[in-house]
Amino acid sequence: MLYLTRKAEFSASHYYHNPKFTPEENQRIFGKCNNPNGHGHNYTLEVTVKGEVDPRSGFVVDLKDLKEVLNREVLDAMDHRFLNKEVPEFFDRIPTTENLAISIWQRLVPKLQAAHLHRVRVYETPDLFVDFYGEE
Amino acid sequence: MKAYLTRRYRFSASHRLHSDGMSDTENSITYGKCNNPYGHGHNYTLEVTVSGHVEPETGMVCNLVDLDGFVEREVLEIFDHQNLNTLAQFSELVPTTENLSTAIYDILQRGFSKAHLEKVRLEETMMNSFEYAGGGEIRR
Repeated sequence: MLYLTRKAEFSASHYYHNPKFTPEENQRIFGKCNNPNGHGHNYTLEVTVKGEVDPRSGFVVDLKDLKEVLNREVLDAMDHRFLNKEVPEFFDRIPTTENLAISIWQRLVPKLQAAHLHRVRVYETPDLFVDFYGEE
Repeated sequence: MKAYLTRRYRFSASHRLHSDGMSDTENSITYGKCNNPYGHGHNYTLEVTVSGHVEPETGMVCNLVDLDGFVEREVLEIFDHQNLNTLAQFSELVPTTENLSTAIYDILQRGFSKAHLEKVRLEETMMNSFEYAGGGEIRR
């Protein structure tokens, strides 16, 4: 088994707000992230796939294909977007880094044929990242 | 849905690697430059990984304010800008980064209850790092 990781970067804005909470609760729990006008991050995405090396190509997966899937399913949808307002899964789910990792996993899994998705890692900043390995 | 959240922190400290159980020659051979009696320092980078169910209400494994507050108060306040050899934790323990990693893991394991502690990873310099998960497997 061999693991291959592809990185991508995207920039997006978001804010944290749960309509079930009072304004005071939202402020207390989410702090500065509750600003309804949003704020932004430069995200770094690492997608790790695993598989056996194909003896003919020497590849686990054709990186060109993986990059195309990443671009189409993730970057086209999220890069330079306001996540709460433009990415459907965040209309009713808070776009935390945790939920972003889960969402990216869910977008990629059905689109990756040859490669088996192992891990999605999302850096919100260089000092904060979340790993998701699928449902455990 | 279970997710793993990692946060990085920085602190600076000095230490000297010296074991009272070894002769001066043994200490010098074992620890080399790190045995300099005046000590030396590092900029450490600490990574704390916690895991847990992502709460639907908040979208979080745990509130970062809680994790940051705990690490600031219980780890950085203790170790930042200190000479590690002078601290109680290292009165009988050589302050290698191995021992520092386990000391920090134990502080978190005992005191932080808002999420499950997966591991700590400690970079002594950009060229070396140590990971400790309390004897558990480290997920890659």
